[in-house]
Amino acid sequence: MLPHTPEELWEVLRAEPQAAVYAGGTDLLVKLRQGLVDPSCLVCLERIEELKGVQEFGHEVFIGTCSTHGYLLANPIIRSNFPVLTKALELLGSPPIRNMGTIGGNICTASPAADSLPPLYVLEAEVEIRSKNTSRRMALKEFIKGPGKTSLQPGEIVSGIWVKKAPGYNLHHFEKVGQRKALAISIASLAGLLRASENGVIEEARFAWGSVGPTIITSPEVEKALVGNRLSRPILEMAACLARSAVEPIDDIRASGEYRRLVSGNLMVHLLTLQREVCH
Amino acid sequence: MKISFTLNGKVNQIDVPSARRVIDILREDLELTGTKEGCGAGECGACTILVDGESRLSCLMLAAQLEGRSVTTIEGIASEDRLHPLQEAFVEHGAVQCGFCIPGMVLSAVDLLQRNPNPTRMEIRQGLSGNLCRCTGYQKIVDAVEGAARKIGSKKD
Repeated sequence: MLPHTPEELWEVLRAEPQAAVYAGGTDLLVKLRQGLVDPSCLVCLERIEELKGVQEFGHEVFIGTCSTHGYLLANPIIRSNFPVLTKALELLGSPPIRNMGTIGGNICTASPAADSLPPLYVLEAEVEIRSKNTSRRMALKEFIKGPGKTSLQPGEIVSGIWVKKAPGYNLHHFEKVGQRKALAISIASLAGLLRASENGVIEEARFAWGSVGPTIITSPEVEKALVGNRLSRPILEMAACLARSAVEPIDDIRASGEYRRLVSGNLMVHLLTLQREVCH
Repeated sequence: MKISFTLNGKVNQIDVPSARRVIDILREDLELTGTKEGCGAGECGACTILVDGESRLSCLMLAAQLEGRSVTTIEGIASEDRLHPLQEAFVEHGAVQCGFCIPGMVLSAVDLLQRNPNPTRMEIRQGLSGNLCRCTGYQKIVDAVEGAARKIGSKKD
């Protein structure tokens, strides 16, 4: 099924309530081939222009759900407002996967290892959920319930993501650790959004870790620990300890929980590289 | 499902199940076996084709998605009388060993050079990061793309 308009989509979803919906297919079609899903019908969203694109509304930006990662990487509104997201999308998958995969798909697949999610969490993004007759907004961190689980009801799609511009934050950071430099599912990742004063003192910080819990992990303790301090090694080593207590990693085929816990802390120490950006 | 799309410059009409994988349509139905299947899961790039000029993985694309698109496979990039500059460069630089990764590698390089006609070696590696090669260690592939970019660039001057 290849609907071309939202109206056609609602009609398809009404007729086929058990349909599996996809846009790029880089997750669903892999699961299909592995026999992990067996939907009665497949619905592809790629032709619905209303679901694509980036629009500015004052201090907020709306990202259409079917915007590919490649499209977002080239989009000036995304590049100038959300470097933390751009840095993550540059490392997601590979060039052809970025031409096909969409931000809505990354959200709805809700893998704990998704690379767009830590940046969207620190940006406090909200998803917009639509059905034929309804539209609602919900914090992303409440929308995602667990590994592969979201609040989406039958007949609903995520239509886009609302992200507030964050001009006060002058340090945007993303790092992911994987078995390779590309085409790698994250073993641990860290997104950071910080505001540093002119003399390098951190005034505000937001962090989100990927691949080290059932969903994206955040930690007010780590954030508080940095406020009022410079990004020095002693401070970051202390924050690293707090980070290691905040994460809930498991063992899986890519890495052990113990390794992931260790790396979650080490990623904090890597923020030392931001010190150069702060103090010119 | 009847599907109409442009393939290597010619309009093509096929009648296939709507969920048939594009890689199977290309290899089995249309007998264009240049496109290879290495993993079937989007992790190796051997199945790379160009769709409306952009690299995509044909193992993760279904028949219905072809409607109205312009598809280029490796069979479609040479001209009547000579190979594409990238193909020539791959040969000249010794970048081909077993050859299995090469169609996908070349098409990813076509996409790369369209976006970035003068890439650094690092940008070439990033541009080809979706294509795995088990034989060459990538060095001569990077040399070939660099050489082709120079050749294409100098032709334009």
